[in-house]
Amino acid sequence: MTSLPDTSAPGQKKLGLVIDLDTCVGCHACATSCKEWNAQGYSAPLGDRDAYGPEPTGTWLNRIHSYEISEAGAGETHIVHFPRSCLHCEDAACVTVCPTGASYKRAEDGIVLVDPETCIGCKLCSWACPYGAREYDYDDGVMKKCTLCIDRIYNDNLAPEDRQPACVRACPTSARHFGDLGDPNSAVSRLVAERGGYDLLPEIGYRPVNKYLPPRPRRRSWEESGAEPLERRAAYGSSLSERLFAWADRMLTR
Amino acid sequence: MHPAYSVILFTTVSGAGFGLLMWLTLAALLHGQASDWRFAAIACATAVILIGFGLMASTFHLGRPERAWRAFTQWRSSWLSREALAALAVFPLAIAFALLWAGLVASPRLLSLAALGTLLMCMASLYCTAKIYSSLSTIRQWHHPLVDAGYFLWALATGSVLLVVLSTAFGVNAPALGRISAFFLVSVALCKWSYWRMIDALPVAYTIEQATGLGAQGVVRQWEAPHTAENFVMREMGYRVARKHRDQLRRYVFAGLFFSAALTLSGAIVPGGFGLALAIAGLLCAVLAALIERWLFFAEAQHVSSLYYGSPTA
Repeated sequence: MTSLPDTSAPGQKKLGLVIDLDTCVGCHACATSCKEWNAQGYSAPLGDRDAYGPEPTGTWLNRIHSYEISEAGAGETHIVHFPRSCLHCEDAACVTVCPTGASYKRAEDGIVLVDPETCIGCKLCSWACPYGAREYDYDDGVMKKCTLCIDRIYNDNLAPEDRQPACVRACPTSARHFGDLGDPNSAVSRLVAERGGYDLLPEIGYRPVNKYLPPRPRRRSWEESGAEPLERRAAYGSSLSERLFAWADRMLTR
Repeated sequence: MHPAYSVILFTTVSGAGFGLLMWLTLAALLHGQASDWRFAAIACATAVILIGFGLMASTFHLGRPERAWRAFTQWRSSWLSREALAALAVFPLAIAFALLWAGLVASPRLLSLAALGTLLMCMASLYCTAKIYSSLSTIRQWHHPLVDAGYFLWALATGSVLLVVLSTAFGVNAPALGRISAFFLVSVALCKWSYWRMIDALPVAYTIEQATGLGAQGVVRQWEAPHTAENFVMREMGYRVARKHRDQLRRYVFAGLFFSAALTLSGAIVPGGFGLALAIAGLLCAVLAALIERWLFFAEAQHVSSLYYGSPTA
C-alpha cells in the first residue's frame, strides 16, 4: 500500500538520524560499515560491478560528499563533509509514486522501506526523491535504500549497544546520532533544538525526519585574528625558558 | 535526466495508437457505423497493436518485467499505476468499439456508448502518462502544465497523420482530414515552441547552497565527490545535453513537424500510389520529430539531486 500512514498524532514515533556536520571528518567509515552490514542483511545483496576495474560502480545506501565553503571577504575556505542517505520523509513522494506498493512507510516508526520481493525496478521513486537517496541495483533489478538498519535496531540477538544503525555505531567522531525525532524529549530531539538542526530542502515540502546540525563558526587563522607568531613572542619573552629558546633560535639560524 | 529509450518508444508509439483510436471514435460519434468494414477493422487493429507494442516496450526498462502485473494495484496514489490500469482498460473497450463500428455487431446505440467510452479511456491514459512526469516537483522542466498539453497534442497529431495514411491506402482522399492533421502538427510545434521558451526563462529553482543548507556560511562548491566513478544517481539524474546540440535538435523537431504537415496535406489530396507515398513520408517525419522531442524532454530535464553532485543549480 503506497498511501502514506497518518503520522500527525502527537508522540508518533519517527526514527531517524541526526548528522553533525561540525564533527564529521569525512572518513567514510559510516559508508563502508553500511555497505558491509547491508550487503548481507535486509534487501541483500548490494550489487557491485567492475569492483576492481577502471570504472567501479555499485549500490550504496550512504554517500559522503565534501563541499568547500568560501566565505565572502575571508581569505580562506573551509571544507564540510556531508554524509547523504535516505531522510525517511514524512511526506515521502518516493512512496506515493510507487505503482506496486513495494515502496512503503511504516506506520509504527516511520521507516521508509522497499520490499525487494515486489519492486519491479521502474526507478520512478528515484525520480521523485530530491535527495538522490535511492539507488538502482543493476544486478538485483530492484531499488535499494537506507533501511535505518531495521535488522539491527530491533534485533534481540545483538547486544543492546549494537541495536543502532551500523553507520552510527561505526562513526569514530560520534557525528551520527540515532533516535526518535517524534519525541521532543529524546536525546536526538534535544540535540536538534540545542544546535539548530535543519531539514534539507524544506522548500520541496517532503518534511524529512533526519536532521543536519550546522558546522559551528570557524576560528579565524592567527593572521586574521591578530595573534602574534610564536617565534616573535619567544624573542621578546621574559621567562627563562623562552629566553633560552630565543637564544637557541638565534644560534641555530646564524 | 537520462533518456530511457524504451520509455521514449512507448510514449511515441502508444501515443500515436491512442491518437488514432481517438480520431476513429470521433468519426464514429459523428458519422455512425463505418462504410467499409475492412477499413474499420484494420484501422482499429493498427491502433490496438500500436498501444500494445508501446506498453510492451515500456516493460523493457523495468528491472523485473515479470512482476509488471503488480503495477495495477496502487491506483490510489500512483499515476504510473493509474496509467497502467487506464491503458489496460482501453483494450476491451477498443475491441467492442471495433466490432460495433465495423458492423459485425449491429447496434447504433451501443456504438455511441463504446465510442465514447474508448475516447474517454484513451484521454485518461494520456493524462496519466503526462501526470507521471508533470507531478514530479523534483524536475522543474517537467513540473509544467504544457507537459500535459504536449502529450495530448502529440497523440492527436501523430494519430491523425496515421489516419491519413490508412485512408489513402484504402484509396480514399480526405482533404479535410489532411487539414485537421496539419492543424494539429502546427499546434504541436506552437506548444513546444512556447514550452521551450518558458523553460528557458524559468528561474533557477534550487541551488547547491539550498540543497546542502550551508548557504548562510558562504558560497558552496563540490570539493570532492563521494566516489571516483559514476553511480546510478549520476547516470540517471545527472544527464545533460549541450546547449549547441539542444538548439540543433529543437530545429529538427520543428522541421519534422512542418515537413510532415506539408506532406500529409498533399498526401490527402493527391490520388493513387503517389498520394500514399506522400502520406507515409509525412508519417515518418512526424514520428522522427516525436522521437527527437521525447529524447530532448528527458535530456533537458534537470533533477534536484544533481545539486549534491556539484551542479550549481537545478
